[in-house]
Amino acid sequence: MLERGEVANAWRSERWDSMTLLTPNWLSRLPGLSYDGADPDGYMTSAQVAELITRFAAVARAPLRTGTEVRSLRRSGAGYRLATAAGEIEADAVVIASGACNLPAVPALAAQLPAAVTQLTAHGYRNPDQLRDGGVLVVGASATGVQIAAELQRSGRRVTLAVGEHVRMPRSYRGRDVLWWMEASGVWDQRHDELDDIARARSLPSPQLIGTPERATLDLNALSDLGVELVGRLASVRDGCALFSGGLRNVFALADLKLERLLDAFDEWALTGAAAQDFSAPERLAPTRPPSSPRLQLDLRSGEIRTVLWATGFRPDYGWLELPVLDAKGALRHDGGVVADSPGLYALGLPVLRRRKSTFIHGIEADAREVVGELVSRLGSAGRNGSRRGPSQSLPTPA
Amino acid sequence: MAVIDNGVNVQALLDAREVLVDAPGAAQFTWRASSRWENGVHSTVRVHDFFGLGEEQTHKRESVFDADHPAVFAAQDNGITPIEYLLVGLTSCLTAGVAAVAQNRGIQIRSIEATVEGDHDIRGILGADSDVRNGFNDIRVNFKIDADASPQEIEALVAQSQKRSAVFDALTNPTEVSVSVA
Repeated sequence: MLERGEVANAWRSERWDSMTLLTPNWLSRLPGLSYDGADPDGYMTSAQVAELITRFAAVARAPLRTGTEVRSLRRSGAGYRLATAAGEIEADAVVIASGACNLPAVPALAAQLPAAVTQLTAHGYRNPDQLRDGGVLVVGASATGVQIAAELQRSGRRVTLAVGEHVRMPRSYRGRDVLWWMEASGVWDQRHDELDDIARARSLPSPQLIGTPERATLDLNALSDLGVELVGRLASVRDGCALFSGGLRNVFALADLKLERLLDAFDEWALTGAAAQDFSAPERLAPTRPPSSPRLQLDLRSGEIRTVLWATGFRPDYGWLELPVLDAKGALRHDGGVVADSPGLYALGLPVLRRRKSTFIHGIEADAREVVGELVSRLGSAGRNGSRRGPSQSLPTPA
Repeated sequence: MAVIDNGVNVQALLDAREVLVDAPGAAQFTWRASSRWENGVHSTVRVHDFFGLGEEQTHKRESVFDADHPAVFAAQDNGITPIEYLLVGLTSCLTAGVAAVAQNRGIQIRSIEATVEGDHDIRGILGADSDVRNGFNDIRVNFKIDADASPQEIEALVAQSQKRSAVFDALTNPTEVSVSVA
């Protein structure tokens, strides 16, 4: 198992200071390592996640090589050759577990912003002190965008948030964490081959959640209450003006309707008795309040906005893959973590890899068991054919 | 179970979607209209051919539209005003979307009616106030839909129709427009 830095590198060095997991601690479990701390309903900080993964490294006793950045991966005979910071490695099979969020995804129109505006990505963001005084345009309303928008607004800056399609969720529902419902009701167990539109499921923005001791809901109404100004999706930059979509009400309607269907499904499940417990009465959230006349343009040269913060998502870094396994949009072509275009190549730790829960830390276990099962049976059959070249060098691990 | 039929061949659309994923070139359409000035602020606009699926295409027949302005604009009113054509495009596009999404979701539609209103401050086009924009300030569409579906499902049809509407997108998002002289 190869790690470019130290164990849990990204959690140590690539997250903003206040970030916490969206999942409660009791859910943040790894194979053989359940949460045993004092706050099962709390939310881990990045440092605590790094600690969890470090403990897991000790529990799992995987053959780990830290400081071993992989620089390239290419075919070599029936197997693979990896060029790493610590020399070359041959492998019969390889599992890509380098994650889905290595690089910030920034739209091309970023190049058209006036030079006077400072641009920062969620990947480079650490805390409000990093920003110049003055207004901030946060682009993107996933978990990342809403959390950073709230933090910047509370720091005394005027924040404008550009909102496209998003996933709305209350932090708690009927007395339980909303992610408890996702887990318990079976939504998270929905399999990749049962979903109507797997491409859409894999590209969904993260839900508008934040993990705080107050268990606060951080939806767009909460942001409006804080004083954040909501505008439509950033559609274009023209002559130094940011132009926003006039379709804001519909993205509110889409998210509200989707949330209602989700809560309906939770209520239905609660009635089946499968939950075997009592809940408080069903609740419905107030519809997302549209601003009375949302701004359609904002002059980025006027000085009102000093910083544009791109919370427009992340993408994996596959620059080291010298294999024809990416689609036209740069995503890895795989079916449940099996890369058919390159036999012996597998992936773990990608969104909705095999189940909706694949996106989360606790989702890795079931995926890893199945993917490793396929890997082992492939190596086994290769062995019977007499072409096996020794044990695999690369073992799967949660990313 | 009754067969759901809104008259939309959803299967053909789904098949096309499948094919076009790997053939983005064929998905490039160019829509055209050509206009001729008649007199005053009256013009006629003809729509017949377009480009798509890699080749020239034609409608079954040519359509001819008169565009003019009403008497309150001191014009002859030989046809609707150009900005009203935007309302025609928006409401017909959203209505088509509702029917198609309903078909795809197995919802039988009995009727769809929509009214669309666009608020327009004409001081902009008259040059009376440079702070007033030329186009619509606000557009409202109201649907009345009779279908075998819950109110929530109907709301979802209308939301999804907006999400996939060409004209809704064209009106709510900026588009680069270049105008040249031959």
